[in-house]
Amino acid sequence: MKGGKSLNALGTRVADIASRASTHTAVDAGSGTMVTAAELGLRECHHCGTVWQGAHDREPCARCGTRLRTRKPDSIRRTWALLIAAALMYLPANLLPVMITSSLFGTQRDTILSGIIFFWVSGSYGLAALIFTASFLVPLFKLAALFMLTVLAQRRSQWRQRERAKLYHVLEIIGRWSMLDVFVVSLLAGLVRIQGFAEVTAGVGIGAFASVVVLTMLASLSFDPRLNWDTPKIAAKVENPLNERVQ
Amino acid sequence: MTELPGVTVCEGCDAVYRHATLRPREVASCPRCGTELAVNAGAQQKRLLPLTVASLILFVIANLFPIVEIELQGRRAQTTLFGAVVALTGEGMSPVALLVLATTLLFPLAQLLILFYLSAPLMRGARPPGFALLVRVLQSLRPWGMVEVFLLGVLVAIVKLSGMATVVAGPALWAFVGLTVLLTSVVSFNPRAFWEMAFSKPGVDTLSEPSS
Repeated sequence: MKGGKSLNALGTRVADIASRASTHTAVDAGSGTMVTAAELGLRECHHCGTVWQGAHDREPCARCGTRLRTRKPDSIRRTWALLIAAALMYLPANLLPVMITSSLFGTQRDTILSGIIFFWVSGSYGLAALIFTASFLVPLFKLAALFMLTVLAQRRSQWRQRERAKLYHVLEIIGRWSMLDVFVVSLLAGLVRIQGFAEVTAGVGIGAFASVVVLTMLASLSFDPRLNWDTPKIAAKVENPLNERVQ
Repeated sequence: MTELPGVTVCEGCDAVYRHATLRPREVASCPRCGTELAVNAGAQQKRLLPLTVASLILFVIANLFPIVEIELQGRRAQTTLFGAVVALTGEGMSPVALLVLATTLLFPLAQLLILFYLSAPLMRGARPPGFALLVRVLQSLRPWGMVEVFLLGVLVAIVKLSGMATVVAGPALWAFVGLTVLLTSVVSFNPRAFWEMAFSKPGVDTLSEPSS
């Protein structure tokens, strides 16, 4: 693969990644102005990271064969679809029983919240707080935050872009931990099956709950954080790649 | 289409940066949005293969032996991870069972096997067949392996049961603890680095030199 023109030949000064980075800290922007790949007409392969000049949209990367795209395809539309589906499943996930315990003393049906209350009442405050965070706060926070990020990205808002980028990072990290309750119920259902004495079975709610977790994870994966930063001018260029060649 | 060498584009905000030399274990983050731009994996690259093998061994132990055993009025019950999945399927919860099977068993196993398959020949600088596809699979599996969440789930379940029955930790529980620790290190390895390793010139350590 022959190397292209150097960046300077593009007539742009680009920020350097300074080499004075200390261990595990962000590096300074150094000198130069912030310029985006979309502005320069560059395409980065999101798979192997190679940067291409003069590539067309959906052209396969010459190194790894992945189709090059400036932004994730239909990002906003897909995120909306997954987000709405997740919000719809949120109700049955919290209203239907997730775990059914039958013992000598009768049958008990627990929802996500009643399970948390059980822990709180029996004195396990730390555990109650942990499950309340993982199973109740995180999914709710994720739905609300993704809703806000998508609305703002759709409007090309320039409001608090830095904080929005940080919020997206947080969402990517915490989303998976909501699976906690799914694992707890699965394990109890597999373990507690002493005929006549105690038996735990999974309730329908756990299926709805698992779907909320998976749908919100898919929604945050299909959201393109670069849309946070796109100015209307860049956005117009990105949405209609044909303009690029005309200019 | 020509390659533009020595340049990195931020995945989080599309900003363009020039490559820089990173010292071992240094991380360069985008000053605008905080997304990780480049990592000097340092010795991690050399540790990857032994860590993967160790993880595979623990993975086998974690899945063959019971995780916990309970005793209630002289009756005992125990379960493995797979046993829990089978029980869920029996209760008509097959989608949930499939999800648990995938996130705790299939995906982590696939990740480890692919890492093993890729990193062993790469030590000698060779690219095994199916390289591009497997690195891609590895990258897409990354968010879906949830062994550490499962371990926390096991601990919560133990606390939940300790009130009503005698709970004995099985050998698989300890294997899961070890596996979680190892996987944290193994999974933190960005599969993208495989491309840098595969395209580095023999004898030149591109991870400590600018790749331009």
